[in-house]
Amino acid sequence: MPLKAPPPPEPGFDTQLRRRRRWKLLIAKQEAIPWNFKSTNLGLDSKFFTGLTGFATALILAILAVILINILWQGMPGLSWRFITGGTDKDMFDVDKAGVLPMIIGTSARVILMTIFVLPVGVITAVYLTEYAHSTSLFTRITRGAVNNLAGVPSIVFGLFGLGFFIAFVGGRMDALFYPDSAEPIWAKPAILWASLTLAVMTLPVVIVATEESLRSIPPGLREASLALGATKLQTIVKIVVPQAMPGIMTGGILAVSRAAGEVAPILFTGAAYYMASLPSSLHDQFMDLGYHVFVLSTQSPNIEKTRPILYATVVVLLLLTFTLNIVAVLVRARMRKKMRMLH
Amino acid sequence: MADTSFAVPSIKTIVPALPPEDDSTRNTSLIVTENLSLYYGEAKALKSISMSIRERMVTAFIGPSGCGKSTLLRCFNRMNDLIDHVRIEGAVRIGGQAIHNRDVDVIELRKRVGMVFQKSNPFPKSIHENIAYALRLHGMKDKAELNEAVEQSLRGAALWDEVKDRLHSSALGLSGGQQQRLCIARAIAIQPEIILMDEPASALDPLATGRVEDLILELKKEFTIVIVTHNMQQAARISDYTAFFYLGELIEYDTTNKIFTNPAKKQTEDYITGRFG
Repeated sequence: MPLKAPPPPEPGFDTQLRRRRRWKLLIAKQEAIPWNFKSTNLGLDSKFFTGLTGFATALILAILAVILINILWQGMPGLSWRFITGGTDKDMFDVDKAGVLPMIIGTSARVILMTIFVLPVGVITAVYLTEYAHSTSLFTRITRGAVNNLAGVPSIVFGLFGLGFFIAFVGGRMDALFYPDSAEPIWAKPAILWASLTLAVMTLPVVIVATEESLRSIPPGLREASLALGATKLQTIVKIVVPQAMPGIMTGGILAVSRAAGEVAPILFTGAAYYMASLPSSLHDQFMDLGYHVFVLSTQSPNIEKTRPILYATVVVLLLLTFTLNIVAVLVRARMRKKMRMLH
Repeated sequence: MADTSFAVPSIKTIVPALPPEDDSTRNTSLIVTENLSLYYGEAKALKSISMSIRERMVTAFIGPSGCGKSTLLRCFNRMNDLIDHVRIEGAVRIGGQAIHNRDVDVIELRKRVGMVFQKSNPFPKSIHENIAYALRLHGMKDKAELNEAVEQSLRGAALWDEVKDRLHSSALGLSGGQQQRLCIARAIAIQPEIILMDEPASALDPLATGRVEDLILELKKEFTIVIVTHNMQQAARISDYTAFFYLGELIEYDTTNKIFTNPAKKQTEDYITGRFG
């Protein structure tokens, strides 16, 4: 069957065509461009960048693998059930006698305490910045700048700040107020409370930024819907906005925990102890810390050969603890997301 | 804007004509705007609008995008308060009260003037919770009472039969049309007198649109409905009165029948026949 011929061009079509041709002259040659989809370089450029980005990724993975394998390899001999559950009372530098349970407890306690302090303050600050403050006002801009600068302050500076502000100032005032007759300082000395508070100040920007991000991603329609039903702004924030932002807030918490768990500098002057015979029993006690213990083992050992396995083993424990805290938080967040999506 | 029978005596400005159709004499004007102008910063979005909207009628606002119809709608429950740099001149009276006065509790206002948005925005909660949230806001605590009110609202929004078996599953699992009807159920749950609808069916397929339109006609028996729509047929199908806006001005306001069969202004005719630029 012969193909049906196309209808003749309508009058006016010619001028239209000519106009289009003239316009085309500006960007290309007038004659038809032949159909040709052959690659000029056989996709080499694409292959090159695939390779380059892939290589960079592989490099990162390799570095991580080398670090982990090295630590595990060297730490395995020192790692034992006795090491994880034992105290330091015998000899903390001897691979056959030392244990790290007090440090595990100390590090966990300070991280958990820090989370309790940093989450409410960070979330409330973020709520103010996104929901209440005028986004263009000078005060908001200054606050945002301050938060960003806080994130860039070296951690040792936070340690000194904690020493000066929490211990000397706050602790000193508390002692003068509550224990005027005590010869020894009760609060005006390094303590787990001050270490946790110092870490909380340090991780505040992480929580604020993550929460702000998460609050801003909530569709304005949800706020409008709630307000249009006659909810107050506070009701809308507490019942609709913040619950919806919870996974993002948890992300901030996870980042804060990751950052804080391994930090030593902020707790150096504010709470970590070189050696303690017993576990901390109150908020104004000092504590032993895994990160600080790594530093002690690597610099203070009288017998390097006997200490090296436990030095690495302590690092393994610190990594495991950080991962565990993270995984717990990630699981909680995943459950929260699922609950939000499926409900009951 | 010709022969008048519906001017509110206190208003000196021209109140658009609303000749009574059937027994509409029993329907008094509920929302009255007096020389209402609204500015976004320097830009004037509403230009001295005076109109009155009748009780238990469907009034449609039509006009091209950016003509101010949504802005005007959002004046009626003061949703514009949420936007920075909005300034209002003139007055909006609902039931005789100027709602932009300093002593007006906007919560009370929004309790009486509900709103349904263009994009259905159910809360990411269960179907039941979506409605219970609104009810709890206004003090309903008793569980049995809540369940009863949720059922009534869903029935009112013609959604009950479709969702009664999954009241406790997420509202986000509903189809677009169902979500929009859930939003309507949520709005009527707190028993407002007025429901403002900002293009409630613009994101829905024709079938779902039809259901929402049927619902609006049903709701009109109890509520005063003001609806913004881009859909001429929709305005013609469901509204009793139609107001045509252009560039922040109220061009023509009359019975829907008149607007669509014999508009007084050329601009209106051009717009409804699709000849508008």
